[in-house]
Amino acid sequence: MATVRLRNISKSFNGVEIIKGVNLDIEDREFAVIVGPSGCGKSTLLRLVAGLEEVTSGDLLIDGEKVNDLPPAKRGLAMVFQSYALYPHMSVAENMGFSLRLARVAREERGKKVREAARILQIESLLEHKPKELSGGQRQRVAIGRAIVRNPKVFLFDEPLSNLDAALRVQMRIEFMRLHDVLKATMIYVTHDQVEAMTMADKIVVLQGGVVEQVGSPLELYHHPRNLFVAGFMGSPKMNFMATTVSDASEAGATVTLPGGAALEVPLKPGHLRQGERVSLGVRPEHLGLGDDGQLRGEVRLVERLGGKTFLHIQIEDGQMFIVEADGEVPVRIHDRVGIKLSSDTCHLFKESGEAVPRALRHPLADVEHPQEEA
Amino acid sequence: MKKALRKKMVFTVLAWLAAGLVFFPIFWMLLTGFKTEVEAVATPPSLFFRPTIENYVAVQQRADYFKFAWNSIVISLGSTLLALAFAVPAAYAMAFFPTKRTKDTLLWMLSTKMLPPVGVLVPIYLLFRDMGLLDTRLGLLIVYSLINLPIVVWMLFTFFIEVPREVLEAARMDGAKPRDELYYLLLPLSLPGIASTGLLSIILAWNEAFWSLNLTAANAAPLTAFIASFSSPEGLFWAKLSAASTMAIAPILVFGWMSQRQLVRGLTFGAVK
Repeated sequence: MATVRLRNISKSFNGVEIIKGVNLDIEDREFAVIVGPSGCGKSTLLRLVAGLEEVTSGDLLIDGEKVNDLPPAKRGLAMVFQSYALYPHMSVAENMGFSLRLARVAREERGKKVREAARILQIESLLEHKPKELSGGQRQRVAIGRAIVRNPKVFLFDEPLSNLDAALRVQMRIEFMRLHDVLKATMIYVTHDQVEAMTMADKIVVLQGGVVEQVGSPLELYHHPRNLFVAGFMGSPKMNFMATTVSDASEAGATVTLPGGAALEVPLKPGHLRQGERVSLGVRPEHLGLGDDGQLRGEVRLVERLGGKTFLHIQIEDGQMFIVEADGEVPVRIHDRVGIKLSSDTCHLFKESGEAVPRALRHPLADVEHPQEEA
Repeated sequence: MKKALRKKMVFTVLAWLAAGLVFFPIFWMLLTGFKTEVEAVATPPSLFFRPTIENYVAVQQRADYFKFAWNSIVISLGSTLLALAFAVPAAYAMAFFPTKRTKDTLLWMLSTKMLPPVGVLVPIYLLFRDMGLLDTRLGLLIVYSLINLPIVVWMLFTFFIEVPREVLEAARMDGAKPRDELYYLLLPLSLPGIASTGLLSIILAWNEAFWSLNLTAANAAPLTAFIASFSSPEGLFWAKLSAASTMAIAPILVFGWMSQRQLVRGLTFGAVK
């Protein structure tokens, strides 16, 4: 069993609070991804769990045991650093076996464990090499191997893919998921890349300014973001936002008026909005369509063709820019005037405070646990 | 291309001239050691003469060179090892556990080098006398390690901060205690830097001429006192003095020549990124 629980964890540096009262539960064998923009405190949070920074206040529990005062090595954790942090003067085998050497494990036993980890990571041929002779991807595997050898309860990963090129990143993402399956360990993974978070996580923790904005499964965050920040952060390209006013609120939802005069009724849970209230309408690029009967009209300012799909940057009546995802073959050019179609069941409304108004219906996949596993 | 080549030639010639200028006193001293006393003070000074080793013989007869040399070796090496023993943990603490006062502490340490040694000569002399450290290798060793400590700490600090913090944190995650971090990681990774620092400390201790003259007499006098003993009230015997000086600096000159690459690397390390 390897659960990690954070209870009101706060961290200050020189009187500046970086982590502000974080509460978090990570269950056994869960792949939890902490995601957020640069400077949000995600690496600091990971370092607090690791024991490389001291907690200012709050409790950190691993498997129910309070570990605030335990040194890193006694917490049953292993960490893979962003820069891999391999020992440059030691060979790959020595790097991987260092923790066992410190623990006075016999040489034979050490060798066996190192070879086993090398086999899992397919780096047996590199054992006698020094880190400087390896490529970035190989070094990263060695760093992971060093963690595996420790047989930890929890693996901690601090932006492990950010130093790799795009192609390698995709390959390593698959590799990480395979490792999670093989090792059956709890993993806490920190990244600023929400694509990594969406594809790899069982549970995503969105952090901003040292505060947890939302915790949930990838699809829960995607379909039911709790506030403007989460809505804008998850999904690429970003969700389109538009300021508008509630023209009518009923049991079925709220009606808003769009620029150009069209009305849109968004199905929401009743009792959250009043008539005349200012709100933000949010809709993802992939949920917008093109058509002459669209509720919005605008001029195409930029066409980004990716081959399989096209992103159109359209300036609508009131001057705002909307991004619409369209088919790869769409026959649209710059300066074309087009209509944008919104569908009410894929629209989100956010109050002036930024808080999302709960939608009338939950998305069927939003509440499925471990969506990658067989249902 | 031609302009660049000409520029390179000019700078090369200038560099050789500067080197020649700096080396000239040593060269002249070397030459003078093989002249007779008369030739040594002749004007105009002669570049070509019949060399003789009578000065070296006379010097060795008058004073036991090897005893002085041995003292120099023991004191230089000993003071370096002592300085390193204190400086390594100090620099480690400053590099990896800095506080608001760390930079100030380092600057303060360096500022003590600005104090003229003669200012503390009397108290140190009296202290050493009372502790029985006068004219002992141990006493001089302690003084040298203390006067070189600021430089040794500073240099080690600049090498230690080059070691990536995450490498030591990874070791901590692997179960390393501070002494393990030092032994398995910091020392092997900073070995070139520690070597350069040690070399510099040896050279500084070898050449030190104030404390060696004031705190030693017959037993612990190193080679700097050996040279000074040839400036006698009867007048300066230039040829013998030159021979004695050559014998005094020869070991450290050879040593410095063999380790020059390491020395230069150590001294310029932090300067160029």
